[in-house]
Amino acid sequence: MSSSVQDKVVAIIAEQAVLDVADVKLDMSLDDLGIDSLGLVESIFAIEEAFDISVPFNANAPTQNDFDISSVSAMVRAVEGLLAQKVA
Amino acid sequence: MKRVVITGAGTINALAHDVPGTFAAFRDGRCGITDLDIRDKDRLSIQIGGQVHNWDPEAHFNRQQIVLYDKFTQFTLLAARQAVAQSGLDFDGRLGYDAGVVLGTAGGGVNTWDDNYRAVYEEGKNRVHPFVVPKLMNNAAASHLSMEYNLKGPSYTVATACASSNHAMGQAFHMIRSGMTRAMLTGGSESMLCFGGIKAWEGLRVMSKDACRPFSLTRNGMVQGEGAAVFVFEEYEMARARGAEILAEVIGFAMTSDASDIVMPLKQGGARAMAGAMRDARINPEDVGYINAHGTGTAANDKTECAAVADVFGPHADRLMISSTKSMHGHLIGGTGAVELLACIMALRDGVIAPTIGYEEPDPECALDIVPNVARDAAVEVCLSNAFAFGGLNAVLALRRV
Repeated sequence: MSSSVQDKVVAIIAEQAVLDVADVKLDMSLDDLGIDSLGLVESIFAIEEAFDISVPFNANAPTQNDFDISSVSAMVRAVEGLLAQKVA
Repeated sequence: MKRVVITGAGTINALAHDVPGTFAAFRDGRCGITDLDIRDKDRLSIQIGGQVHNWDPEAHFNRQQIVLYDKFTQFTLLAARQAVAQSGLDFDGRLGYDAGVVLGTAGGGVNTWDDNYRAVYEEGKNRVHPFVVPKLMNNAAASHLSMEYNLKGPSYTVATACASSNHAMGQAFHMIRSGMTRAMLTGGSESMLCFGGIKAWEGLRVMSKDACRPFSLTRNGMVQGEGAAVFVFEEYEMARARGAEILAEVIGFAMTSDASDIVMPLKQGGARAMAGAMRDARINPEDVGYINAHGTGTAANDKTECAAVADVFGPHADRLMISSTKSMHGHLIGGTGAVELLACIMALRDGVIAPTIGYEEPDPECALDIVPNVARDAAVEVCLSNAFAFGGLNAVLALRRV
């Protein structure tokens, strides 16, 4: 499950950043990827649609949400967390 | 150039169905934002809004009118009745040819779109009411005002998102000032509080789920509102000659474009609009006692707007007052500048500054006198009203006490 979650999240981020999937590294931040606030909101929408989850995210305080966006791997973990809650 | 004054005002919004009630709410710092009462609310993540409650169209309009009037038109007509009655103007006869109407709305008949999309998509109907188009069109309210009051000069609708009303009122001001017309009905209206209208805004992730707290460190977004405000603008000599009560003088207007981003505001664009309005009014920054802020309660707006004010006003930024009444009536989108102009009129005429309510904690990036939570008595000679729209379109009006 985990690697497929990661693959999907990376694919979504790669599309938003207009990068090849291979060029998206797990330790990269949104800044590193050149994704701005609009791009982030669009990525979160894509994640919600791909995984059928609701991501708690308010664009007024992007770093203060329960959903950690500090790096690609943080976002993958956050999605895994939401998926686990959905099952439970 | 002619001088332009305001001789009538009318409104309906979440705080009240008239101007005196709205002024009373401003003075009391009352919040009109409540739980929403709309269809399919359970499928919305945003559950609050500055909704107009106890609205009974049948108390104001007959059946033949209601089939043609979307809610945004109903709100406009009600506000205009109050404004025209207060002004005492009669547009029958020659004045009608020298008068028109410029209104702002971002969405027009959003409830009509919503209801009829439901009918054809959700309910599978293959037929809609014959008047759907004339009901939903953005110029419907302006056209109905022209018909109601015999306004035969220039009439149209401006759609510049959250700056629509300010752009509209600025255009009405220009027309009278230049001598193109002698009187104008102007202002704006919005009625977007329906399932589709709120769902669209949810998508942007900038909406608050609990309150609109402009300039407060604890703010977490904007809250939508609905309603209208309409004003009678007229040429000063005409108003004086007929002994009309003058509510305020419109002395300047400027509009600028950020030319930058479709949602993120640029400090320089707002700053240029404020400076331009003061230049147009031939006043100095030190003359301005109060600014009605755009103040949406989003991080992007509030920080940018405060930085723009600091840039334009320099040391005087710390002496003037600036407040956002959106904290009380919500963000009326295309109608917001019109309702907010009422706070400017109250400041100039009554010497009462409407507060920014919901204020909890200072934000170092918004370190201005935002008149927190409680209205303030203060004599103000000149004020500005800011509106900064998505798409980077900025419109600022300057008013003076008469």
